[in-house]
Amino acid sequence: MALAGTTTALAVLLSLAPAALGGQVTQASIAWVPALDLNASLFLDPLGFLFAGLILGIGLLVMIYARSYLGRCEDWGRFFVVLLLFQGAMLGIVLSNNVLLLVVFWELTSLTSFLLIGYWGERAESRRGARMALVVTGAGGLSLLGGLLMLGSIAGSYELTEILGQREAIQASPLYLPSLLLILGGCFTKSAQFPFHFWLPQAMAAPTPVSAYLHSATMVKAGVFLLARLWPVLAGTEEWFVIVASAGLVTMVLGAAVALFQDDLKGLLAYSTVSHLGLLTMLLGFGTPEAAIVAVLHIINHAAFKAALFMNAGIVDHETGTRNFRHLGGLMGLMPIAGMLALLAGASMAGLPPFGGFLSKELMLEEAAHTVWGGSDWVVPALATLGAALSVAYSLRYVGHVYFGPQVSTPKPAHDAPLGLWGPSAVLVAVAVLAGIIPQTLLGSLVSAVAGAVTGGPAPYLSLKLWHGVTPALLLSLLAVGLGLMAFGAVGALSRLRPPLPEARRIFDATLDGAVRGSRQLTQAIHAPSLQRTLAALFAVAVALAAAAWTGGEPVTGGRAQISASFPAVVVWLALLAATTAVVALHRQRFLALVLISVVGLGVSLGFVHLSAPDLALTQISVEVVTILLMLLALNLLPKDSPPLDQAPRRWKDAALALAGGGAAGLGAWAILTRGADTALPDYYWANAYPGGGGTNVVNVILVDFRGFDTFGEIIVLGIAGLAIFALLDTTARGAAGRRLARWAEGLPQSPERHPMMLVVASRLMLPLAIVVGIFLFLRGHNSPGGGFIAGLVFSIALLVQYMASGWDWTQQRRRLPDYALIGSGILAAALTGLGAVLLGLPFLTTGFDYFTLPVVGEFELATAMLFDTGVALTVVGAVLMALAQLARAAQRAEQEPTNREPMDIDPSREGAAP
Amino acid sequence: MSLEFLVASAVAALTAAGIYLTLRARTFSVVLGLAMLSYAVNVFLFATGRLSVDRPPIFDKAAEGYTDPLPQALVLTAIVISFGMTALVVVLSLRSYLETGTDQVDGRRDGPEDGA
Repeated sequence: MALAGTTTALAVLLSLAPAALGGQVTQASIAWVPALDLNASLFLDPLGFLFAGLILGIGLLVMIYARSYLGRCEDWGRFFVVLLLFQGAMLGIVLSNNVLLLVVFWELTSLTSFLLIGYWGERAESRRGARMALVVTGAGGLSLLGGLLMLGSIAGSYELTEILGQREAIQASPLYLPSLLLILGGCFTKSAQFPFHFWLPQAMAAPTPVSAYLHSATMVKAGVFLLARLWPVLAGTEEWFVIVASAGLVTMVLGAAVALFQDDLKGLLAYSTVSHLGLLTMLLGFGTPEAAIVAVLHIINHAAFKAALFMNAGIVDHETGTRNFRHLGGLMGLMPIAGMLALLAGASMAGLPPFGGFLSKELMLEEAAHTVWGGSDWVVPALATLGAALSVAYSLRYVGHVYFGPQVSTPKPAHDAPLGLWGPSAVLVAVAVLAGIIPQTLLGSLVSAVAGAVTGGPAPYLSLKLWHGVTPALLLSLLAVGLGLMAFGAVGALSRLRPPLPEARRIFDATLDGAVRGSRQLTQAIHAPSLQRTLAALFAVAVALAAAAWTGGEPVTGGRAQISASFPAVVVWLALLAATTAVVALHRQRFLALVLISVVGLGVSLGFVHLSAPDLALTQISVEVVTILLMLLALNLLPKDSPPLDQAPRRWKDAALALAGGGAAGLGAWAILTRGADTALPDYYWANAYPGGGGTNVVNVILVDFRGFDTFGEIIVLGIAGLAIFALLDTTARGAAGRRLARWAEGLPQSPERHPMMLVVASRLMLPLAIVVGIFLFLRGHNSPGGGFIAGLVFSIALLVQYMASGWDWTQQRRRLPDYALIGSGILAAALTGLGAVLLGLPFLTTGFDYFTLPVVGEFELATAMLFDTGVALTVVGAVLMALAQLARAAQRAEQEPTNREPMDIDPSREGAAP
Repeated sequence: MSLEFLVASAVAALTAAGIYLTLRARTFSVVLGLAMLSYAVNVFLFATGRLSVDRPPIFDKAAEGYTDPLPQALVLTAIVISFGMTALVVVLSLRSYLETGTDQVDGRRDGPEDGA
């Protein structure tokens, strides 16, 4: 499947080749998130074509290779799914026309790379390598996003085709340097440039096909690709040259030097990849069209020989059981095919004629030879030659040490690999060889077209040939080969001389540990482990923010006319203040505090009545009843006394904070109340409630119609709270909680009358009355004060009274519907009402209504909003009963009293009937 | 005294009481404090619609005026949600008391452990 998909994609790509290379740009675009200018727009130009070809072509070879490489017991499905996902994301990067889309794909490659490096998740080094790669490339992705956003805002568009035409505007902008630095942050991390190179060698914990594909041929070239992509607008400035060329130069030399001393085949290749990526970066950093052409040529060459060598390292590992130089040697006789392939690919890597590598290295030295860096004309050529020399040395080490010299006994008896393993690398080696022998025929038109796309100019004339005459580059090349031979000869001596370099991995780990420690300390300091401290910090910050917002503002009091208070209003206000003060003063006497807080609730309800909010008053008063009942039930189980805990200083400090917070809230309220209001919104609701929502109670119409979706969300929250309470209380009978509950029940004074007759009779009488009141409130809710919330609360109170009178068990046995069913059916009813509108082609929760006439009753209205309100009422009943009944049940279970069969303790009718 | 002053000062008093109580060390005080803060926040939200007397938001062509219905709708659901929150916090504090044997918010014990 994977192979078929890749082959098809490759075929499609090749069918587009004439158009792409002929200068036509194929485009396709779909608006994705237009509000963000994020469009799924793709385009295929020669640069994209080259990379897409590499991705699909090498992808195909790697997949064939992986089939033979992975053992039978490996998880093939997971491997190929992630590999294909990576392939798609990588194609997305090179074909994106929208830079934001590009970032999305960029991050996808980081994620899939993480998954592939960590493929053998049971190994610690895999996990560490995967994590490090994700942290480095992920952080780079963020940096890239920032840079591209800046670039887009300078250019006024996120479409690459637009951005690329605005070189002057971009380079003149003050945002040029910051955006350049951020974009380079993304490119350098992805392409493992110094000082972000350390993750790539760690990524070698991945299976070898992954290393060959992601960490040599494609993903790590994404940074280079982006440098090339943005070359027309970003390159050519002093900053570009200094940063990009220097980073590339340093990376090239450093990577090559470290590669020489690696003991692991893949380690050597990894550092060599770092070095070659540095070479590409340096070439693009030179900023001249000629250097850019060389970079394009070397991208192709490097992809060919390096992927072939990685596959070769995999073959060696697979067939001998080791990748360590110390245990390898003289394999040429045992593995002639692999040996020949390694020899050819290695020669290309070393830059020896007549291979592809020679060609690009030659041209690279040519460019380096006339590059002036920091006023000096010898620094770049000298370092470039050194890099080339080291490249010769480590290539020799790879081929020479593994395949020549004395034979060493390997963990597994070595023999040549099956065709599935060497076939793919043979194809790549063929490319590497032909690229040197017939460069013009094979690559001439491709490189020329791509270079034209990179430099943004016409396709430059290009003559690729091996022999350029005796040029300075040739002399440097000869020097490099000579030096490389010497270095290879002296590896042993050199490695003893090598100064101990600080290991980047250690620094990375130490930084990460430091960050973790620092944030832990900060967390400890401001909240954990004390809730009191957390809340105090929260309130203090809120007060400080309010004070900051306040300073320098307008005077507190506004000019709106105030309403003078009536005598009853002042009395209620005084009662409310007195009760509030008393709650604070007496909060340790818990039952008393409950009584007092109910006075506060009553005061608030009366306030709502007075201030034209009948719905609120009804809701507040019924919620008040339920809340006090709930707290009484809880207090039954909680300790009754609470000795003071806090010392006086803390109390004073808290009091000061409380006064500041209260003062801020009060002043805020005062400032709002004394200013005029914008009436546009209330006018709209007032004018549209009746014609649009079919109800005259505007508050209720807003709840069930205008803002019905909010209400829908709120009943879901309420339902969740009810279920959470059930989960918390249902299990109290077990474990430590159960033992404590049992002991709590022992010392409790029991009332002889648990279910008093008077209460039972009164509650039975009240039930139908309360239900009628609830239905009345519900039905008129759309036009007069009332509605689903209030009706639900009234139903709940009526039912709760039954629980109080006759106990939990007795009442529960007579309930047909469990509470969770009430919650569920309520939410479902509301959702179905909303979906009904969708079926009719209207937006979710649109209300429909009409008027009907019945004899006797007269004209009345039916609205779908009523169904929705039914859902609200059901959910409220379910959630409230869930909370209170479960609390009552927990207490009753603890008492372990025999379940009462009868509704009340003394039943006159029963006594009379049974003599 | 104006109604505006009464409402603003009530918000101030309720908020102050709420903050003080939520900063106490025992769970029940925190529950009381949260209830107080809910009152304060609800009244504050309601106040953003400004105050008016005898002008309920019940549509009538003959009505002289009306008060802003939107804050009322918001506060109505807020009252019910505050109940849900209070109930959850009450039950949470109860369960934590039953599990740990202490009703302190930070799980410290009052005295010698009762051996549960």
